[in-house]
Amino acid sequence: MRKKIDKEEQRTDERAPTGLARKDLLGIRELTSAEIVHVLDTAETFRDISQREIKKVPTLRGRTVINLFFEPSTRTRTSFELAGKRLSADTINISASTSSVTKGETLLDTARNLEAMSPDFIVLRHPSAGAAHALARICRAAVINAGDGAHEHPTQALLDALTIRQHKERIEGLEVAILGDVLHSRVARSNLHLLTKLGARVRLAGPGPLVPPELATLVAGGAVRTAHRIEEAVEDADVVMVLRIQRERQTSAFFPSLREYAVHYGLTRKRLSAARPDAIVMHPGPMNRGIEIASDVADGTRSLILDQVANGLAVRMAVLYLLAGGSALAQAQTRAEASDAAEQRRDKANKNAAQLALLEPVPAG
Amino acid sequence: MRLLIANGYVIDPTQGINGGQNLLIEDGRVAALLSRGDDVPEGAEVFDATGLIVAPGFIDLHTHLREPGQEYKETIQTGALAAVAGGYTSVCAMPNTDPVNDNPAVTRFIIEQAEAAGLANVFPVGAITKGSQGKELAEMGEMRRAGIVAVTDDGRSVPSAGMMRRAMEYARGFDLPVMDHCEERTLTAGGVMHEGEWSLRLGLRGSVALAEELDAWRDCALAELTGARLHLAHVSTRGAIEAVRRAKERGLRVTCEVAPHHFTLTDAAVEGYDTNTKMCPPLRSEEHRAALLEALADGTIDAIATDHAPHHADEKALEYDHAPNGITGLETAVGLALDRLVHQGVVGLERLVELCSVKPARIFSLKDRGTLRPGAWGDVTIIDPDLEWTFQAACSESKSRNTPFDGWTLRGAAVATIVAGRIVYRRSSEQTAAHAR
Repeated sequence: MRKKIDKEEQRTDERAPTGLARKDLLGIRELTSAEIVHVLDTAETFRDISQREIKKVPTLRGRTVINLFFEPSTRTRTSFELAGKRLSADTINISASTSSVTKGETLLDTARNLEAMSPDFIVLRHPSAGAAHALARICRAAVINAGDGAHEHPTQALLDALTIRQHKERIEGLEVAILGDVLHSRVARSNLHLLTKLGARVRLAGPGPLVPPELATLVAGGAVRTAHRIEEAVEDADVVMVLRIQRERQTSAFFPSLREYAVHYGLTRKRLSAARPDAIVMHPGPMNRGIEIASDVADGTRSLILDQVANGLAVRMAVLYLLAGGSALAQAQTRAEASDAAEQRRDKANKNAAQLALLEPVPAG
Repeated sequence: MRLLIANGYVIDPTQGINGGQNLLIEDGRVAALLSRGDDVPEGAEVFDATGLIVAPGFIDLHTHLREPGQEYKETIQTGALAAVAGGYTSVCAMPNTDPVNDNPAVTRFIIEQAEAAGLANVFPVGAITKGSQGKELAEMGEMRRAGIVAVTDDGRSVPSAGMMRRAMEYARGFDLPVMDHCEERTLTAGGVMHEGEWSLRLGLRGSVALAEELDAWRDCALAELTGARLHLAHVSTRGAIEAVRRAKERGLRVTCEVAPHHFTLTDAAVEGYDTNTKMCPPLRSEEHRAALLEALADGTIDAIATDHAPHHADEKALEYDHAPNGITGLETAVGLALDRLVHQGVVGLERLVELCSVKPARIFSLKDRGTLRPGAWGDVTIIDPDLEWTFQAACSESKSRNTPFDGWTLRGAAVATIVAGRIVYRRSSEQTAAHAR
């Protein structure tokens, strides 16, 4: 097992300068900060496409994306589907409402069957942590983790980071509060890794059973701390991220009632007032208005919840594009590194031009 | 029928023997320990053990043979073959079969199947409660008569302290040791790995160490109340070790065992979600592993037991959440113990023989085993402590392949297994699996 990790690290180190040169995107924890920044930079260029009249480029023409969703999802699935379509890939959605155990066919058999149809990407959402890893081991297709149990949801963290960067112009040095059910949240885990890799500090807060203090040990360097009072976490924060309370977990007695949760842990305008005056509010959706977030906060001027959705599309386009090879990009970068500073600037322009050429609208017909 | 094990280095702590001797087995029993220079007794087959260690046969207190009911995972025959391939002359079969071994008919069936296989000795362990449901006592007396050596509801604990008290009081009347799988289920509900940094990182539901520790303290207190013999299965936590240490200080009849995977691996091995790292109790953090090593060295731990738990590859190919608990262990235990304990200086060879043979025989009162005294059964494990070998799961004698140790190179192995004076397994020169009949 140790050997495998070493190999993984080595591969990342060797190829880090060229960006996301890996077969799969399984989590943020494995990514270097350079890779993360590279995805974010690429996503910036993709954001414009969705603003055009013709929202489609030929970049991934002839490629196939299978969205394999074992959990209900509107936002993420639609986002991946549109991301694929806007890059001219053929996208197919498979929704399985149950896990393999009850369905009769195992996850790996499902994957092998899909694999036999030679897809280029499998986007997997699954209720069990590690499901995407299992798939990645047996599939030639690039596997993108769209949420595995309580483990990771890397594209969500990337879109969150893109949103933060857009509004704060940096991530380093920011104080980010993440509120709610951190224990069961893949969004929180991915964000924890991403934000600390890029130099932010994170405070986690929520009811005791949902915010175990050991969470602070997940990231080295003391960049994460936990609190049980929302006020403590929100104070002077630059960013306040609210997690969704999964109503179905209420029966597991993690907290007494939704009413009590709303009173003690919901993000209200009053609680938010302790944050920095320019603090932004985020939520991965879908929201439980009046429970984890008050409507006036959700709809308020500081709320970036809809920006997050728009950025989600750009990030997923970037991820598909970069995993597909991003070879033109990689070559441009390698050239850039070899030349001196002046040439680098010129090459970067070339690179951007090369990249943008790929992003020209699909010719009519 | 005579077998002379010649030129070996005999280690038998029960007689204080630690030196070069020849061992003569006659009609299944140890006849004598002879000097190396003595003549070969007439008509004796000679096993040349030059450079090898000759120890009383190793006994596994904790083996899941799966038969009756789950023959697709293992049968008594394949399990017994895996046992002798791993150097075990005896195994104690856990009762969580289908049907559960909670009555003398099942006990007798297991013994018959084991006799038919004719490899390792198989000692059935009966259930504490009917169907291991924790509600009504199983017929311990009848099973005792049929051949069980202990009782346990292994795979789960006895959830009610009141029921455990009655079980201990009742078992005491038959001098049966009560073996418990310590797990306070209200604390572990849904947990699939050790609760800690790694479970948080991997997003897997954790099983808190306290769940084992709490039950261990409860059981020790009940052993004091009832005077019963208590054996704690697969202890994996610092707190359970502490409970056993205290119980021993108080002179209680409490013993415990540890599984090789718990002293070898930590919860960090779960990264990558290999379901062959999933078992119950789970792989713990380094802190707990260190406590196990300390307890192995200071004698708090009485035995090494494999918790050999075969599962079909299809079952283990499920998501981590859904894969069944358990790994195979019969063929890796001795190698891991030599490599990780003896060669790392945690325990000496003599203590290893105690952990794998002498103490297990005493814990379950296996008469005339765990010793090479004249008159004892001629069960012998022959060890090459320095043999470098690579475990290949594909070559395993077990029906199942669920092991995290596939491809591991270890130093030290059992190279021959002798049961009642008969060589039932001999490692071939290519170190691959092959057995001599």
